[in-house]
Amino acid sequence: MLPDKKGHYGIFGGKFVPETLMSALEILEQAYNKIKNTKEFKKEFNYYLKEYAGRPNPLYLAERFTKKLNGAKIYLKREDLNHTGAHKINNTLGQIILARYMGKTRIIAETGAGQHGVATATVSAMFGLKCVVYMGEEDIKRQELNVLRMKFLGTEVVPVSSGSKTLKDAMNEAIRDWVTNVEDTYYLIGSVAGPHPYPMIVRDFQSVIGKETKKQILDKEKRFPDYLVACVGGGSNAMGLFYPFLKTNIKFIGVEAAGHGIESGQHAATLSAGSPGILHGSLSYLLQDENGQIKIAHSISAGLDYPGVGPEHSYFKDINRADYVSITDNEALEAFHLLSQTEGIIPALESAHALAYVMKLAPQLSKDKIIVVCLSGRGDKDVDAVGRKIKNLY
Amino acid sequence: MITELQKKLQSLKDSGKKFFIPYITAGYPSLAITEKLVISMEQAGADAIELGIPFSDPLADGPIIQLSSYEALLKGVTLSGIFEFVGNLRNKTKIPIIFMTYYNPVYKYGIEQFSITAEKYGVSGVIVPDLPPEEASLLIKSAKDHNLAVTFLFTPTSNEKRIKLITSKSTGFIYYVSLAGVTGTRDKLAISIQQKIEDARKFTDKPIAVGFGISTPMQAKEVAAFADGVIVGSAIVKKITENVDKPDIIENIKKFVMEISNEIHSLNKG
Ligand SMILES: Cc1ncc(COP(=O)(O)O)c(C=O)c1O
Repeated sequence: MLPDKKGHYGIFGGKFVPETLMSALEILEQAYNKIKNTKEFKKEFNYYLKEYAGRPNPLYLAERFTKKLNGAKIYLKREDLNHTGAHKINNTLGQIILARYMGKTRIIAETGAGQHGVATATVSAMFGLKCVVYMGEEDIKRQELNVLRMKFLGTEVVPVSSGSKTLKDAMNEAIRDWVTNVEDTYYLIGSVAGPHPYPMIVRDFQSVIGKETKKQILDKEKRFPDYLVACVGGGSNAMGLFYPFLKTNIKFIGVEAAGHGIESGQHAATLSAGSPGILHGSLSYLLQDENGQIKIAHSISAGLDYPGVGPEHSYFKDINRADYVSITDNEALEAFHLLSQTEGIIPALESAHALAYVMKLAPQLSKDKIIVVCLSGRGDKDVDAVGRKIKNLY
Repeated sequence: MITELQKKLQSLKDSGKKFFIPYITAGYPSLAITEKLVISMEQAGADAIELGIPFSDPLADGPIIQLSSYEALLKGVTLSGIFEFVGNLRNKTKIPIIFMTYYNPVYKYGIEQFSITAEKYGVSGVIVPDLPPEEASLLIKSAKDHNLAVTFLFTPTSNEKRIKLITSKSTGFIYYVSLAGVTGTRDKLAISIQQKIEDARKFTDKPIAVGFGISTPMQAKEVAAFADGVIVGSAIVKKITENVDKPDIIENIKKFVMEISNEIHSLNKG
């Protein structure tokens, strides 16, 4: 069972943080291990997943999308139907229960697309906890709608103007806040990234995606799918879908953002084009230059625009348990439109990357094959950005 | 094995003398000025120099050092460039140089190679704020083979078990981070610094230096009363930023560093 005691997945993972946080991580791990298997915790977590987030969400057979691609049968795991519109709420519900159990009174988070920020603001409001979200200035511009949502929810949104002004810099700033306010503050990380035990905790909370999928596909098809496909920013929706199927031989495919194309150098394809290094508390694949400086990622999708990735994905890559591929901005936009017009579902730009890969994969497969795609979020937040990008089309 | 740096600091400690380590960011505002600053800070009374290796994501640093790091990177400063810089500096001064670097540039450079190059160019020690001893076995091993001191940090949140680990793994000296937070200047000193240092002395005779948030000569003196050494960073870098376009930048920094140095060393015995 991974991670090992020190939080390693093979050579990846670990705890690379300032000493001030080492005790906090230890206490967090102890608290998590203590409650995770208790009846009370499971009951509370499941209660909110069901009554508040609206789970289980459907595993929907995308008939017209399938027909259009004329190959494997495609199911969509509808995380977009969760309260707040993405898979992020699964993790924030789990972690806020943990934070409350630990007696923390102040919640902080980083956000890229704003989906994790909104999900954190939401559960903080629901439990009456003070919440501060760090967000890069660049992302604030791209995801204005989510900034407003967070504000309506009573959260303080702190603009981050250092570095690339995106998710990586927001995470730096959140860690600086945590180092300063570690006594009363809970850092609610939004993906399977960061120092141990976060990648494990977030994986466990997001595993509800894969667990439900397992039941639902057996119900509908009496068998497991052949492929699981999900987009990878930090990697939480992908890990949540994959992990419960770890011991099968189903193919896992993680889809990263190739931005303007990997050759252009402007992309966020960390696993496809990066190399191992240390950022934000763990050893994992990174986009970096020959001097070990972190490179600025690029993607049309703010939620994938990150030069790092969760350590367990790095491990999956190295042991060949999963394949990691990449999709350009333009390919993602095409998928965004195709799904909207064949299924009446407007996907998040992040999820559109996974769909774009399915557009390549499905036609190559016979009709008796089954693909499950994680539709990690809905596209409402992207309406403005896509509208600006393609104003000539409509 | 005892590193050269530890020998020097230990002998200062044993003879009742305090040591002062100013921090500056390498390449800010340029490597040429860094060279002049190192030499003038030695003349001003520094016992060793902490040289910051600029990093794109300095998450343990506050805005002052973040900015210096960012500017240095814009100038194209790299780890290998700084190694050569220190090599050249060795013709002009023998003052011990301690690198303060985030772990990724070291990892990318190659951990073994880092220690070898440090020895070759005369770098005495290294501090890696995002590398706790638990993850540092490769660096500790190669540093030992190449006479490079590795300093770990303890903080107000470190419990006894961790202080024990940190003091035992550190070579050179031990760094006490006086507050829970990032680097930066503060109006007041953190409380209970003395208590925490006394806690650590139960486990070690190695020299203990205090840093983070020490901003004025008087604060430095206050801390030196119970620490073996004092590290001042952001306050000096801030002065550099204020003087960046002035022709007398070197003189102004030297004067400030001398004021701090004099206060610290006023507590020397004998
Ligand atoms: C809808 C959606 N999908 C995917 C992601 C990427 O995150 P992860 O890779 O952790 O699932 C985000 C992040 O903001 C998102 O909002």
